[in-house]
Amino acid sequence: MTPPSTAVLHQPLTLEFDYTRSLGPVLSQYMSGLAAKQVLGAVLSDGRVAVPPPEYDPVTHEQISRMRPVSDEGVVVTWSWVAEPLPDQPLDHPFAFALVLLDGADVPLLHAVDAGSPDAIRTGMRVRARWADERVGSVRDLASFEPAADTAPGPVPTGETSGAEGITMTSTPVRLAYDYAASPEESAFGRGLKEGRILAQACPVCHKVYVPPRGACPVDGVPTKDPIELPDTGIVTTFCIVNVPFLGQRITPPYVSAYVLLDGSDIAFLHLILGVDASEVRMGMRVKAVWRPEGERSYSMETISHFEPTGEPDAEYETYRRHL
Amino acid sequence: MTKTPAAVIGVGQTHYRAKREDVSMPGLLREAIDRALADAQLTFADIDAVVVGKAPDLFEGVMMPELFLADAIGATGKPMIRVHTAGSVGGSTAIVAASLVQSGVHDRVLTVAFEKQSESNAMWALSIPVPFTMPVHAGAGGFFAPHVRSYIRRSGAPTEIGAMVAAKDRNNALKNPYAHLRNPDTTVESVLASQMLWDPVRYDETCPSSDGACAMVIASEGAVSASDVKNPAWIHGQVMRSEPLAYAERDQANPWAGRDAAAHLWKSTGISDPRREIDCAEIYVPFSWFEPMWMENLGFAGEGEGWKLTAQGVTALTGDLPVNMSGGVLSSNPIGASGMIRFAEAALQVMGEAGEHQVDGARRALGHAYGGGSQFFAMWVVGSEPL
Repeated sequence: MTPPSTAVLHQPLTLEFDYTRSLGPVLSQYMSGLAAKQVLGAVLSDGRVAVPPPEYDPVTHEQISRMRPVSDEGVVVTWSWVAEPLPDQPLDHPFAFALVLLDGADVPLLHAVDAGSPDAIRTGMRVRARWADERVGSVRDLASFEPAADTAPGPVPTGETSGAEGITMTSTPVRLAYDYAASPEESAFGRGLKEGRILAQACPVCHKVYVPPRGACPVDGVPTKDPIELPDTGIVTTFCIVNVPFLGQRITPPYVSAYVLLDGSDIAFLHLILGVDASEVRMGMRVKAVWRPEGERSYSMETISHFEPTGEPDAEYETYRRHL
Repeated sequence: MTKTPAAVIGVGQTHYRAKREDVSMPGLLREAIDRALADAQLTFADIDAVVVGKAPDLFEGVMMPELFLADAIGATGKPMIRVHTAGSVGGSTAIVAASLVQSGVHDRVLTVAFEKQSESNAMWALSIPVPFTMPVHAGAGGFFAPHVRSYIRRSGAPTEIGAMVAAKDRNNALKNPYAHLRNPDTTVESVLASQMLWDPVRYDETCPSSDGACAMVIASEGAVSASDVKNPAWIHGQVMRSEPLAYAERDQANPWAGRDAAAHLWKSTGISDPRREIDCAEIYVPFSWFEPMWMENLGFAGEGEGWKLTAQGVTALTGDLPVNMSGGVLSSNPIGASGMIRFAEAALQVMGEAGEHQVDGARRALGHAYGGGSQFFAMWVVGSEPL
């Protein structure tokens, strides 16, 4: 069993964004149709009708110019049972993902069939659309399909297009949840921070001191080793003053984002400079770490709240110019 | 075995805008592709393979968009390759396409690169808070601004150099019908007066966020002869180089990979004095100060001397080494396409088709792109005659 002290550190990382999709002329008609409880297929150059519509003909490569309504009923072509639905899937209870060939279409549509149990669905079974109560011009307007075993095929809608329009944009919320696992070296570094120590490693070939430690020297490609404890003092090599607010920002601007080169190390890392007016921060300025109180320390670099000037004379440019 | 000579025989661009809400992602690519095919006087049936590039998938939130784009970009039944090298991707995509022709594998390759930044927010996508690190990251500007400060300190360049580059490129953009930013009254003074975003980088010294795509058709010597195109842009040489994001004593203002790539490019194209032998250049300048930085990195000027080319007007449209005649990345930045636009604009110059921003008599031009934390470089030299 691995002793807990050498296990790697983990932290959840969740990325979320509501992406937009400008639909263009073809998908605009399709989405607008769905909002009006109408399924539109693309008429392809060989006469087949495809739902959902491709934007360009697979043979001629021309943009689709003809759309035709098809029925919202059809036949299951094949299916797969989803015993344990995931969040955001079309149904929150077990269902089938199925290829449904709508009456009037020549290409099946992938969708959810609310069949109740895997015994209640089969290839060739008739199904009908279950529409969302509130329709906004989204693929989710067609919520799912349900068995319609007792119905005969209805008439296929006629006409070239419904003239549906108006929906030109849709939203696609994306959420990615990761378990971020730190490397063994990064984990040892994080544990050091929690104890108020800065633990670097050196390359056995070039002897450059890396902080945070990397696990391998990027130049020589060999494992870095031998933890080296560094002081929490150093210099600002270069920096910028961030005045820009942006989505997801965790520090309120303006703030100084600086490369800090610790005494005894050979690579600078980015950190925050406080305790001095931003306009007073200089290249070569001597700085010292300001640690969070012991009860607030974590395995993160944020355990060092920021760096602040020591008041010592600035380092000479020649001493750090090779670190720029 | 020698390479098959290859040339650009068609170029197509979309109009670059903050939001192209009138077209879908496939529609945006098709706009550029259809124009490139028309320029080459070809149809999809003539194309042997398609090479597509874009920057990180997080920008649009579509994983592997090349798969859903395959139909629209005419790749059905043909080889398709997607390339990704961050901001340099437009350049490396063109290089992969050129290599497929030079190697004798294909005769006519369509290459296209794009970004539809309005579907998302690049600043957010480039500032993901990585666990256990200090959350001071602030987009590309926040990453590059400290290195700009290093360059200014190292070279002793006057403060207004960055503003001179921005004013030049914004005025050049007025001559390019595809350019995104069209600010007719940009002057050095107005740039200096704009808001300081990532000190020392001002608002007017930064690139916009654009939607757009750029496409080219690259053809073998035989396919050029068989075509009706009389003014191809012959590819004299191309190069890519990479280096790690961070290592001890890495030169961030004048990266090794860029210097090494340029040295290889000049040698392989028989150029001994690029400052004299290159007629004009489209280089990847997303923040104005990168013009003097890359002029040094590329070997057009000695270390610490690049800013003097800007100051002396050498890089102006009327100078003797014009840079970013199209308005550059500073005026249009659909990130994934930006590198290909540089390559394509270099081609347009030697084809004599650059319109109002044409450099008279341009016979040899450089296209350049970089990406990541100045880690990935892609460049080519094109000429009006075969090498």
